[in-house]
Amino acid sequence: MSLFSSRKTVYVDADILIIGGGFGGCGATYESRYWGRDLKIVLVEKANIERSGAVAHGLSAINCYMGMQWNENQPEDHVRYARNDLMGLVREDLGFDIARHVDSTVHKFEEWGLPIMKDPNTGHYLREGRWQIMIHGESYKPIIAEAARKAASEVYNRIMVTHLLLDKDNPNRVAGAVGFSVRNGNFYVFRAKAVIVAAGGASHIYKARSIGEGVGRTWYAPWSSASAYGLLIPLGVKMTQMENKIVLARFKDGYGPVGAWFLLLKSYATNAYGEKYEAARFEEIKALVGDYAEKQPMPTCLRNHAMLEEIKAGKGPIYMHTQEVLDTREKEEIGWEDFLDMTIGQAVLWAAQNIDPKERPSELITSEPYVMGSHATCSGAWSSGPEDVAPSDYQWGYNRMMTVDGLFGAGDTIGGSAHKFSSGSFTEGRIAGKAAVKYVRDMQNSVPRLDETQIMMLEQSIFKPMNNYEIGRNEIVAGTVSPSYITPLQGLQRLEKIMDEYVGGISTFYVTNEPMLIRGLELLSMLKEDLDHLGAEDLHQLQRAWELHHRVWTAESVTRHTLYREETRWPGYYYRGDFPKLDDTDWHVFTASQYEAGTGEWHMSKLPVHHIID
Amino acid sequence: MPTFVYMTRCDGCGQCVEICPSDIMHIDRTYRRAYNIEPNFCWECYSCVKACPQHAIDVRGYADFAPLGHKVRVLRDEERGMVYWKIRYRDGRVKEFAFPIRTTPWGSIRSPADYDTPGVDDMQSALLAHEPTALKVDALPTLPINRQTKE
Repeated sequence: MSLFSSRKTVYVDADILIIGGGFGGCGATYESRYWGRDLKIVLVEKANIERSGAVAHGLSAINCYMGMQWNENQPEDHVRYARNDLMGLVREDLGFDIARHVDSTVHKFEEWGLPIMKDPNTGHYLREGRWQIMIHGESYKPIIAEAARKAASEVYNRIMVTHLLLDKDNPNRVAGAVGFSVRNGNFYVFRAKAVIVAAGGASHIYKARSIGEGVGRTWYAPWSSASAYGLLIPLGVKMTQMENKIVLARFKDGYGPVGAWFLLLKSYATNAYGEKYEAARFEEIKALVGDYAEKQPMPTCLRNHAMLEEIKAGKGPIYMHTQEVLDTREKEEIGWEDFLDMTIGQAVLWAAQNIDPKERPSELITSEPYVMGSHATCSGAWSSGPEDVAPSDYQWGYNRMMTVDGLFGAGDTIGGSAHKFSSGSFTEGRIAGKAAVKYVRDMQNSVPRLDETQIMMLEQSIFKPMNNYEIGRNEIVAGTVSPSYITPLQGLQRLEKIMDEYVGGISTFYVTNEPMLIRGLELLSMLKEDLDHLGAEDLHQLQRAWELHHRVWTAESVTRHTLYREETRWPGYYYRGDFPKLDDTDWHVFTASQYEAGTGEWHMSKLPVHHIID
Repeated sequence: MPTFVYMTRCDGCGQCVEICPSDIMHIDRTYRRAYNIEPNFCWECYSCVKACPQHAIDVRGYADFAPLGHKVRVLRDEERGMVYWKIRYRDGRVKEFAFPIRTTPWGSIRSPADYDTPGVDDMQSALLAHEPTALKVDALPTLPINRQTKE
């Protein structure tokens, strides 16, 4: 430990600790301060909240806005939309709750200075589609970060939170979190009366289509390292819908989004021979999933499915016909800003490959799978719903509290509430923030007690990869091949290969089955053992090591849930080859899992889907 | 298109190190200038490019799919609330765009603590901060009580 003999332990006390400074965390921070004027509210982030989370580089649209003021949509409409898109399975109480509040969030964003485009005829926000509005969103994140900084008592940037802590006196109450500074290596112990986890979902648990530098250009940010789930699962938090991975149909390699092209610019996609394949495959899709094929708009996964079948039939590449719609300078600007605001890599790719979207179509393809709770998917923690709306078995305490007392969540962390996107994640953070203040008030002066022995053991475990490296490095002359340790990148590549080949990645066209999943679990268990032998040569690599821990926990959960659900609910996201059809008789339910730390067992169960909206 | 840093322009100020969401912009110990230590974890988000006061950071498209000879340059002007883009194609074509980024002065957002303290009853309601006013409708929607437990 010579390198870190100077390591200090820093204790931080808070009333409310918020982990992750993306949209969920910034919303939680803002709202906690509004209701808890006298409380100490601490926001901790592994990067810098000015540009962190999935919206770090900006966005070109807000994908969740009702427009109740103009009677455009009501919250019930959004629940129906999300339910259809997710093939019937969403927490309608959570979705309704976000939808009824989200307009006030967006109106604050505009007041704070976010430029929202207007329809010149009506003066209303310019709609991209029914739920989406167009923004000039290059500085979307810095604006939201400013609001969070104004609200927080303290913001800790560059602290990687590795574990949550439980109360020594009450094993079902959260007590805080531990982590380390990626800059000076100090060990941080946060003690808090309530904790809101607003960390990111999971990129890079599946092998990406790119093979070199390009794996940085995954669709979801490479820094979305599954901490949303990796922090919760080892603690025994009940998780739901972890098998509900998402696959995105996007511009090939650059992963530019397709929403504005389809919805606003009215472009369309065909196979290589100019045929509109989606409609042609309707009957075939209906045979797989029944009436869900008739929902409008067609569920995201089914549109993926049509594209995949087209490619398998030898009719690729699939093309987005941008050249048909960019007939004015205004439209060209909208098309380019769509990428320059949020997927600059796509603009670089066009420049590099001499593709002018005014002249030539661009290739589309389906991405590698991701795990998240905020987009067209809803993996995450099982949480208590809103008091005035949730069915009784969805309500056991404070809104957005998980199955551990005092532990709240927002954004990618909370399961069942799909289609939140940026504004909905911020809104869910606000909901969790108010509930956490209420919890802290109700607990009065009760402060959780830390378990010092456990914290000492965690400290050793957190910094172990640096010891492993320091010792193992002396065995070899140079290079990255050691018999004693693997680097975080080597571990990540093994994880991605296992998930890709056994748990429905791109190399099997997203198909898996029971024998493959069981073999995958066997290989994952060995990878988990090998995580004790990660070697980190510096603090940056130590961050990568703990990101890998969070990803591996998440991947195991995904695999177990995929094994548990014996049907193919979302063709186009993944397929169970041994159960190729949707089965509403046995599987119109949420899947749930709880990991038991004492025995290492995973308890799987079904939870009911209540339809509270017609 | 991972980032790289021009040797003659970087002065080692570390602003890119501060801002990078992926923690991959580091200062080289020999040259005392920044460089990208992990291009395969670069999302080409341009946060560092925009933050660099010397305009020393640029991007070269990912080697596994982007041919050479292109440039996408950016200037983000907080004072004017604008971002300016210049795109140079491999074949020499150039496109330029400018977009607004913010409509209010930087730093002007009010702390939530600057608003009137909400009442005790409000704490028990489903209303969030600034509601119902900020919703721009009369009341926060809820569901009829008989629908709440419907299965």
